[in-house]
Amino acid sequence: MLNRRRFLGLSAACGATLTFKSTIANAKVNSLNTKAKIIIIGAGAAGAALANRLLRRLTGAKITVIDPRKRHLYQPGLSLVAAGLAGPDYVISKTTDWLPSGVTLLDEAVAEVDPLTKTVTTQKGQTLSYDYLVVAPGLVLDHDAIEGFSLDMVGKNGIGALYAGPEYAAKTWEAAQKFTETGGTGIFTRPATEMKCAGAPLKHTFLIDDIARRAGNSSKMNMIYAANNNSLFGVPIVAEKVRMLFGERGIESVYSHVLKSIDAGKKRAVFDTPDGQKEMDYDYLHVIPPQRAPEFVRQSGLSWEERWTDQGWVEVDQYTLRHRRFGSIFAVGDVAGVPKGKTAASVKWQVPVVEDHLVASIAGKEGTQAYNGYTSCPMITRIGQAMLVEFDYKNDLVPSFPGIIAPLEELWISWLMKTVALKPTYNAMLRGQA
Amino acid sequence: MKELTFETLIAVFDEMFGASLFWALVAIAGAVTLAYIYVLIRDRHISWSKFLLAQLSMPFGAVGAVLFLQAITHSQFSDIGGPIDVIVLLGVAAVGAVGMAILVYTVDALFFRKSSAAR
Ligand SMILES: Cc1cc2nc3c(=O)[nH]c(=O)nc-3n(C[C@H](O)[C@H](O)[C@H](O)COP(=O)(O)OP(=O)(O)OC[C@H]3O[C@@H](n4cnc5c(N)ncnc54)[C@H](O)[C@@H]3O)c2cc1C
Repeated sequence: MLNRRRFLGLSAACGATLTFKSTIANAKVNSLNTKAKIIIIGAGAAGAALANRLLRRLTGAKITVIDPRKRHLYQPGLSLVAAGLAGPDYVISKTTDWLPSGVTLLDEAVAEVDPLTKTVTTQKGQTLSYDYLVVAPGLVLDHDAIEGFSLDMVGKNGIGALYAGPEYAAKTWEAAQKFTETGGTGIFTRPATEMKCAGAPLKHTFLIDDIARRAGNSSKMNMIYAANNNSLFGVPIVAEKVRMLFGERGIESVYSHVLKSIDAGKKRAVFDTPDGQKEMDYDYLHVIPPQRAPEFVRQSGLSWEERWTDQGWVEVDQYTLRHRRFGSIFAVGDVAGVPKGKTAASVKWQVPVVEDHLVASIAGKEGTQAYNGYTSCPMITRIGQAMLVEFDYKNDLVPSFPGIIAPLEELWISWLMKTVALKPTYNAMLRGQA
Repeated sequence: MKELTFETLIAVFDEMFGASLFWALVAIAGAVTLAYIYVLIRDRHISWSKFLLAQLSMPFGAVGAVLFLQAITHSQFSDIGGPIDVIVLLGVAAVGAVGMAILVYTVDALFFRKSSAAR
């Protein structure tokens, strides 16, 4: 018979097993000895995840992460902040929270890369040399490209811009909330460039519509989604589904409308359309600006020359993410010049590929892994429901849970994933554990 | 999702609750389960009076778990959109019910032993 002492002994043993297990999980797998100097530009989703994983694969490597930003932003949370479902703190953490002690963080901005001498120069003038360089500085929001707009307008006079960061997302909610109460015409835009999380402009439209509906104000709302081209989403089957949902909700779509300028005083927006410029009056306008690679990427000659010429994404092989002209350079995350994949979920699939090819290269071998374009964006369609939208380069749907979670169905479980599981999964990814 | 291993799950839950709270929850769940097994072995049989009380507590555990989840995720019953959602709902309710029953039974057995003197 089990007495109390044996029982206590048993629980202690159990605790010991748990600790033991987690030690195994953190142990180094196939660690390679090397003196390689690796520089990672950017400590965002991609840079932090890769730093953690490389540290585990390499012993003796000198890994330097360069990033001036003190705050780390969990950007998928911005959509929730801009709908009043989370506070700005929900997305904010510290960059240093995610970097392991074995890597050096240099908190400066990179100004130039010289791929021939293999050096990186910071804005403060420090020059570092590398054997391998990973370019992961995300992208730049070009708010200035929209005439008459500036960030200090956000939150006032019916203007929202949730991409601009947690504080602006919170201000966006101030403006959007007022709109859901007073009604009028709401115009939801997206840029004509590539953009991160192309589902986010749609999510904002759906959420604001739902909130107005719940407040009993749907009859006062004139919701307009302004697509940049002739489709609501880059993946045809998803675009069709969104078109149907918009129809159900009474959300109107206008196609090939790219926001050019605004007159905040008159609450008037001007769009470039195939038929010339078109003016539209609004009560609420959601602005998502054009998005481009950081200036230093283009200045350093790392960009594609013939593709995305106005945007400057890094010229990498779309399967290996290795630079097509400079073999010791990789790009990962939003800055990579590949046809899909500007989401954190893509980062999760890209990082192991870069890790594989980089470590293999140090060992004098060829990597074997390939990135298939996996991109995912839980498309919120109302508070409490979302659609899991996962696809690849071929525009094929690639559901994670086939037969269990239907991809194009509005489900509670997908909402639970977005609101409960996504941030922890993202954080685990930053630590290189997912 | 790329790879869904046990370690990934642990890492995700770790991040969800914060390392200390997560392991504390695991420890509490483990301790309650062990205590439950302990009283089962100690008493060498299931006490039906305690079991009845535990059963009566199950609906509260079920409803409590569902309402808790809905509250922290801004959801409501009308968000159920397909069969999988019903399964999730039932699963959450079942976990709440069983957890509550085990808890009630164990607490009863450990701290109110006299009430079941019939043993
Ligand atoms: C509103 C919104 C909603 C989103 N929703 C989702 C979603 O639901 N699901 C999803 O998977 N993804 C989503 N995303 C996309 C996701 O957040 C990004 O794809 C992801 O963060 C990209 O990671 P990254 O490392 O490339 O860039 P980032 O995470 O942006 O990090 C880039 C880092 O590089 C640094 N940097 C920049 N320039 C320099 C320089 N010159 N020198 C040094 N460092 C520099 C920056 O300071 C920053 O820390 C969303 C994004 C937004 C904006």
